[in-house]
Amino acid sequence: MDLLEPTRQAFALLFSGDRELWGIIWLSLWVSVAALALLAPLCVPLGFVVARIHFPGRRALVVAMQGFLSFPTVVVGLVLYLVLSRRGPLGAFELLFTPSAILIGYMVIALPILMVFTVAAVQGADSRIYETARCLGARPLRAMGTTLWEVRFAVTAGFVNAFGRVVSEVGCALLVGGNIAGLTRNIPTAIALETSKGEFAYGIALGFVLMVIAVGVNVALAWLQGEGGLE
Amino acid sequence: MSPLFKAEGIVKRFGERVLFDAASLELETGNGYVLIGPNGSGKTTLLRVLAGLDSAQEGKLVYRAREAAAAGPYPEPWRREIVYAHQQPYLFRTSLADNVEYGLARRGMVRERRAALAAEALAWAGLAARHGVPPHRLSGGEKHRAALARAKVLNPVLLLLDEPTANLDGEARAQVLELVRALITESHTVLIATHDPEIIRLAILTRLRVSAQRIEVAE
Repeated sequence: MDLLEPTRQAFALLFSGDRELWGIIWLSLWVSVAALALLAPLCVPLGFVVARIHFPGRRALVVAMQGFLSFPTVVVGLVLYLVLSRRGPLGAFELLFTPSAILIGYMVIALPILMVFTVAAVQGADSRIYETARCLGARPLRAMGTTLWEVRFAVTAGFVNAFGRVVSEVGCALLVGGNIAGLTRNIPTAIALETSKGEFAYGIALGFVLMVIAVGVNVALAWLQGEGGLE
Repeated sequence: MSPLFKAEGIVKRFGERVLFDAASLELETGNGYVLIGPNGSGKTTLLRVLAGLDSAQEGKLVYRAREAAAAGPYPEPWRREIVYAHQQPYLFRTSLADNVEYGLARRGMVRERRAALAAEALAWAGLAARHGVPPHRLSGGEKHRAALARAKVLNPVLLLLDEPTANLDGEARAQVLELVRALITESHTVLIATHDPEIIRLAILTRLRVSAQRIEVAE
């Protein structure tokens, strides 16, 4: 198979500003970022609490969260499909085959990742961080913020990991989004569709963008971490 | 006159091991105290209970005539006046100046005032030239001095120091020792847990010995 011609076409498509192509890229990006942004205020403090406070069932909760890390996203999509479908418990909201459905799916997929990374970061943190903050007069909420700030690089790694997982995810987005052109078609579902149709240029263009996003996010993390992260 | 801080009938156990059995101590305003005893006798644990970092199983704490159960929650306002410094101080991953300003910020002080006080405290600790340096670039002795500056700047009513010269020798130890002496001679009430013979020998300190699960005034 000639790879050069489809690759040339792929870059031509990208630089031509193809509206449909860039619409797909935009959808992938905003849904992924929004899912993480909505989860952050919940997962990060919750991860802190799970890491620091002993309560019955804590270990089971952490083990369950770790188990969900390797949960197949297509199964998440299937369950969510049943929940959001017309006869499902949330059918009245008519969310199936909308970007909101993909957003919910991404949140379900990202939640255990953010939780597990935050719990690990806080459990691995020096206990003197929280204690020092408290001894210097910080109230518990502020001391929590100080601790999370001290382990921000480990917590951020969770966000990068979760972003990488949702932005490249196919199964859930395909099931609950329906891969509808101009509405719910995102990068991974578009690659799957276009490749099956033999439209390699489209697939290569989107695959290239996906790789640039993945590398870009990791480079940004490394830059943000700077010296502190490498200490 | 009632003592500044009193611990009464403190019982502290770790599983089967009883560290304190109805131990009591009294600290008077403006006095310096040194807590001595062999390794594992509970000096650090006692300081942590007094600072509200650990709770005891029984007993009560009385600070300025206000009572709190040693097994219960530590009163939040006490944390503004009682400051504890760890044996191995932790400095936040920010500049030295920000570290010293941290407690002042928690007390709602405005930035300009904080910066001025932090600069003053760092100068006191001989760290004026290091104010912008991140903590991982500091030596062990500098970290100890920074922690003392961070505690001193808050002007605590009661200062609890856990082995302030631990793991230091030579010049670094001498510098920290000088700061500790300065803190003791100022008006603070200070309680120091230490093995350092030079601190123990300081005439202005009342020696408290942890012995047989109790605390007694040593000769």
